[in-house]
Amino acid sequence: MSWQVVIGLEIHVQLNTQSKLFSGSSTRYGGEPNTQADWIDCALPGTLPKLNQAVIPKAIKFGLATNSRINQYCEFARKNYFYPDLPKGYQTSQLDKPIVEDGFIRFCVDDANEKKVRIERAHLEEDAGKSLHEDFHGMSGIDLNRAGTPLIEIVTAPDIRSAKEAVACLKTIHTLVRYLDISDANMQEGSFRCDVNVSVMPSDSDTFGTRCEIKNLNSFKFVEEAIAVETERQIDLLESGHTIAQETRLYSPERKETKAMRSKADAHDYRYFVCPDLLPIIVSDEEIATLKAALPELPRAKRQRFVKDFALTDYDAQRLTETKPLADFFEDVVKASKANAKLVANWILGTLMSAANDENLDAYATPISAERLGLLLTRIEDNTLSGKIAKTVFAKMWESELSADEIIEQEGLKQITDTSAIEAIIDDIIKANPAQVEQYRSGKDKIFGFFVGQVMKATKGQAAPAQVNQLLKAKLSTS
Amino acid sequence: MEFKTLTQQRSALDTGQISAVELTQYYLDRIKQQDDTINSFITVTESHALAQAKAADAVIAANKQGPLTGIPLAQKDIFCTQGIKTTCGSKMLDNFLPPYDATVVKKLDAAGMVMLGKTNMDEFAMGSSNETSYYGAVKNPWDHSCVPGGSSGGAAACIAAGFTPVATGSDTGGSIRQPAALCGITGIKPTYGLVSRYGMIAFASSLDQAGPMAHTAQDCAHVLAAMCGYDNNDSTSLNRTCDDVTSSLDSDIKGLKVGLPKPFFDDALNPLIAACLDEVKATLEKLGATCVDVDLPNMHLSVPAYYIVAPAEASSNLSRYDGVRFGYRCENPKSLDDLYCRTRAEGFGAEVKRRIIVGTYALSAGFYEAYYRKARRIRTLISNDFTRVFEQVDVLLGPTTPTTAFKLGEKTQDPVSMYLNDIYTIAVNLAGLPALSAPAGFISGMPVGLQLIGPAFSEAKLLNVAHRYQQVTDHHLQSPNQ
Repeated sequence: MSWQVVIGLEIHVQLNTQSKLFSGSSTRYGGEPNTQADWIDCALPGTLPKLNQAVIPKAIKFGLATNSRINQYCEFARKNYFYPDLPKGYQTSQLDKPIVEDGFIRFCVDDANEKKVRIERAHLEEDAGKSLHEDFHGMSGIDLNRAGTPLIEIVTAPDIRSAKEAVACLKTIHTLVRYLDISDANMQEGSFRCDVNVSVMPSDSDTFGTRCEIKNLNSFKFVEEAIAVETERQIDLLESGHTIAQETRLYSPERKETKAMRSKADAHDYRYFVCPDLLPIIVSDEEIATLKAALPELPRAKRQRFVKDFALTDYDAQRLTETKPLADFFEDVVKASKANAKLVANWILGTLMSAANDENLDAYATPISAERLGLLLTRIEDNTLSGKIAKTVFAKMWESELSADEIIEQEGLKQITDTSAIEAIIDDIIKANPAQVEQYRSGKDKIFGFFVGQVMKATKGQAAPAQVNQLLKAKLSTS
Repeated sequence: MEFKTLTQQRSALDTGQISAVELTQYYLDRIKQQDDTINSFITVTESHALAQAKAADAVIAANKQGPLTGIPLAQKDIFCTQGIKTTCGSKMLDNFLPPYDATVVKKLDAAGMVMLGKTNMDEFAMGSSNETSYYGAVKNPWDHSCVPGGSSGGAAACIAAGFTPVATGSDTGGSIRQPAALCGITGIKPTYGLVSRYGMIAFASSLDQAGPMAHTAQDCAHVLAAMCGYDNNDSTSLNRTCDDVTSSLDSDIKGLKVGLPKPFFDDALNPLIAACLDEVKATLEKLGATCVDVDLPNMHLSVPAYYIVAPAEASSNLSRYDGVRFGYRCENPKSLDDLYCRTRAEGFGAEVKRRIIVGTYALSAGFYEAYYRKARRIRTLISNDFTRVFEQVDVLLGPTTPTTAFKLGEKTQDPVSMYLNDIYTIAVNLAGLPALSAPAGFISGMPVGLQLIGPAFSEAKLLNVAHRYQQVTDHHLQSPNQ
């Protein structure tokens, strides 16, 4: 029997505000425990929440970028449950009227065909603190620095049909929130986390199976792995005649398995009700219009433009548009250079990115500025440098502040394109290697490379390769 | 005390007949001598008070005083006071020293008032008799075998007993007006949002409202003027300029239209109280008002709706008392659940637990629609009733309570009969309207309260009517036998 997996995502995105959702405490990551928790965050008696207005345009921007409806009247609700890192005993969230509802996103998975996934809702809520279970002699420590940090929780419809699609969808949203500058989406620091709902059904069915929710996945890799092992687990159970219990599960990357955390029967009754300490959020038509007008070019539009305007492949366009600074860098280099865009893309995604990765830098923030790279690539385009020598120049540029031209000048690396000079060298080599010439002429084509190597050696690699090939062929076949 | 009211004390302080320190010391001495019996204070802040009085005297000497400079005051123990124990009447907060002042405390401090201490109250303001306090019941100064009302029972009793001229209270379902009525003083619950709730420990957020209590409407007006105003720290605080509630106190009330709501004069009302109200009506008519019968058709739904909404909000508001960060924590918890269960079982009293259970039930899956959502709809109906009636009349007149003060212990075993004591006060909170209670006479030596209710922001009108009434009556000037 063949099976179809059905997946929906719940993504928690930390909004990049300076202060918390309802207090003035800093949202900075990594502070000493409890140094960023004020009276409101500690839920001292008598304290009241005060909405950080900066979150509203951020949530609206997400809604506009995902073709969603903005609920122009929306309320905060209390989600009641007890946990030591939840100081008030309730999380302030949204239930009936989330600020963003009923949208969709489109993205590519393996090919240029676009997949569409519906966004059911995105609502504003506050994060909880952290419980630390080590180093407290059998007790737990509570760090409230994160408590009250603003989040949007994005919920997709169960429209995803493979682990790969899930990761592509997640990456698309990850890219989008950074384009919109509403989150740093740093997964290591937990500002972009994902819960995955997984169920399976027979391939010929359209009735969803019972789903399990896998909580708190904080890397694309874990999302892919967790879906794979959970799908397998569910199929094994069904094929051996068992049923799936609706439950919340945790993924262990070490053991490559999911394990049950709590069953549906243990699920909390959150007793939601509208928070009486906060006023409804009211969004005007003007505010929406202003935000809409100020939206940046979104990743999908940029990708399509790169393919169209720069003749890039879908794959290259996809990679270059993954972050806005990288896409901007690409365009800056194109502008600064006479080289064609394809060469620029190759250099950024190849040489530059690998050098940047070695030093843990972003490709757009290395010692090589767009102007410097642009000039280097211009020198390839105008035949001053071969691709190979250009890499040497690039390495020297990385170590210094010199321009490509200064290095070429200093090191005498200019490509030799003078035909008579190359011919003179070739003549010397032919004279010095009669045996090899004989072999070539008797049909051993492979030895051609030997001659190229000799010319390059003699010119310290500076002879223009295309010219060397052409001249060598002519000389070897005549004389 | 020859200067009983704030107004009298103001002129005595201004003319140098008495100093703020002397006035403060007078009250501190009385509290020391007599509060063992009444139990109206949880904490007396003697040195703090004397320091504030001394500072007030300096301000008066420099002739820079305001209307409240040097006037003694008792704060209900629901308002956070920086570095001064704030218990909310609960064992849960017996060790709680707030690191900050409530906005109300800040404002009255800034006005130069002298805080004598923190008054006793029903635990977390849940009660109508002050018998749910962890710190013991408060006695009614008019009859020590009777309750003072609640939850601001300590505040009302300490004014009636002559321990302070002025006190703050909070009113969620009648907690200023009911004890004011039972203790023979005046108290006003302002329009919801007029006074900041920041630093006032929450019971039911959508109903809680702070207000002043004093002997007279005039005194209440002066304190209210200093308490109210927009506060950026309270999102439900109203961003509007405060009306001037003091300068219209003496205005003529000729032509005032007074509505007498039928449901306030039903069978539940003690006929002797009804007779008192007839006299009030006659007095107001003499002052030029006209009285008409009006209806509030949904009034009978207010107690049931209130006892869904208030416990529901309370069940959530009181979740923070978990033994983790502040307040009471049980000994040697064996697990997280044990910490929660024992901390809350040991830290909260029976009435608080009852309301948490009721509220939790009302919000639970499967019951929410039938209870909480329906109660919210009833709130709207009740608001609409008031809106309609205020198209016909300026204010409503009725009793504050169905009976005079009842005996200590009389209703503690019967929560419903206790809840019905708020039958005339609760609708006002559900609609967010202002209302005051003022002395209207006595039955067998026990005070009776009249209640005046007005549309939103009609505080100045309510205080004006009450003040005019008090100019021609003397119920508010009576004191219990010492």
